Amino acid sequence: MADTTQFDLVSPERRLASAQVVSVQIPGADGDMTAMAGHAPTITTLRPGLLSTEGPDGTSEYVVTGGFAEITAAGVTVLAERALPRAEVTAEHLAEMVKEAEDALNNAKAAFENEPGPVDDAAKLLADMVAVGDHIGISAR
Amino acid sequence: MPSLKDLKNRIESVKSTRKITKAMQMVAAAKLRRAQEAAEQSRPYTERFNAVMAGLAASVGGSDSAPKLLSGTGSDKVQLLIVMTSERGLCGGFNSNIAKLARNHADKLLGEGKEVKILTVGKKGRDQMKRDYGQYYIGHVDLTEVKRVGYVDAQGIAKDVLGRFDGGDFDVATLFYSKFVNVVTQIPTAQQIIPASFEAEEGDEASTLFDYEPSEEAILADLLPRGVATQIFAGLLENGASEQGARMSAMDNATRNAGEMIDKLTIQYNRSRQAVITNELIEIISGAEAL
Repeated sequence: MADTTQFDLVSPERRLASAQVVSVQIPGADGDMTAMAGHAPTITTLRPGLLSTEGPDGTSEYVVTGGFAEITAAGVTVLAERALPRAEVTAEHLAEMVKEAEDALNNAKAAFENEPGPVDDAAKLLADMVAVGDHIGISAR
Repeated sequence: MPSLKDLKNRIESVKSTRKITKAMQMVAAAKLRRAQEAAEQSRPYTERFNAVMAGLAASVGGSDSAPKLLSGTGSDKVQLLIVMTSERGLCGGFNSNIAKLARNHADKLLGEGKEVKILTVGKKGRDQMKRDYGQYYIGHVDLTEVKRVGYVDAQGIAKDVLGRFDGGDFDVATLFYSKFVNVVTQIPTAQQIIPASFEAEEGDEASTLFDYEPSEEAILADLLPRGVATQIFAGLLENGASEQGARMSAMDNATRNAGEMIDKLTIQYNRSRQAVITNELIEIISGAEAL
């Protein structure tokens, strides 16, 4: 049995999960990372994606958007702006999120005509949102 | 001297008032429990968030490249006051206390020759602030339709505020809300949210060396706007709990006062009824004696 580490998933509205887990796979802004006990202390921002944990009681998966994760010697804390257990995500949720990302992209396009930076960021956000949908097998439309 | 009928009507009307205030008190008690729960649920997020931000701010804050949201615009000439109150009245001094604190703050700033702008959340505060500071009033966020305050609402307000900040509309933003202590105590609080101030907790945790992915600056730039939303959300929740607490004790008082009034009126009613009977008897007896 591998060492376990404390895992907390909190959103502004409630605490979603708090458990001992073996590993946590985090959708970091620069790529996925898997945190296990003894991981170097790290802070990373999240991109929209699937967060999965593997524990003694099996695995669980959450769809998260935005926020950040803090990995310390004491455990892994994920502060997600929005987080839902995968099973609870419906097509409507996803459509709403994709719609928001699309709006953000359109706003960015309108506001930053000559700066590609924010527009690219918004486009990436949208692509991430759609990718989440594909990944869990729900189409946004 | 009111007639018997008047007194009777009066007693009936106070009785129905008491019924209403009693019902409102019970509704407030039920809502308070929910509001308190919501405030407690959000606490872990806010606490962790602030702890991380404090660490980040400490390591990046000193440099010149620190984002404006953290270091400020370099001036404090134009001050934005975000006054958060409730959408409904009948909650004692709740709204007035927040408005009073905001008013004192605004007067102090104006006295120092600064420019003041006021943004209100909640109908009651809008009415009060608009009356006195109409010329400084720049906007209102309407949450009348919102049954249960969600993070999305806070994000909306934060977006509005950040948009104004980016547009150079103000230098410093202060949030006014009421902190919930318990049912009888709510403390009106002023909290500066832009530039962000985090209470750095001295401890072993702050000294942990973190790897940052992406860079510290990028994370900070990403998180600071979220920080504004988080603080506004925390304020909204505290306010929600405070409002219900204030309403509960106000309605409790009202119910008790109505009860006392009913007792007093009943005594008066009985006295005058007795007086009428005595009068009648005297008339009958003196009539009989005269014969």
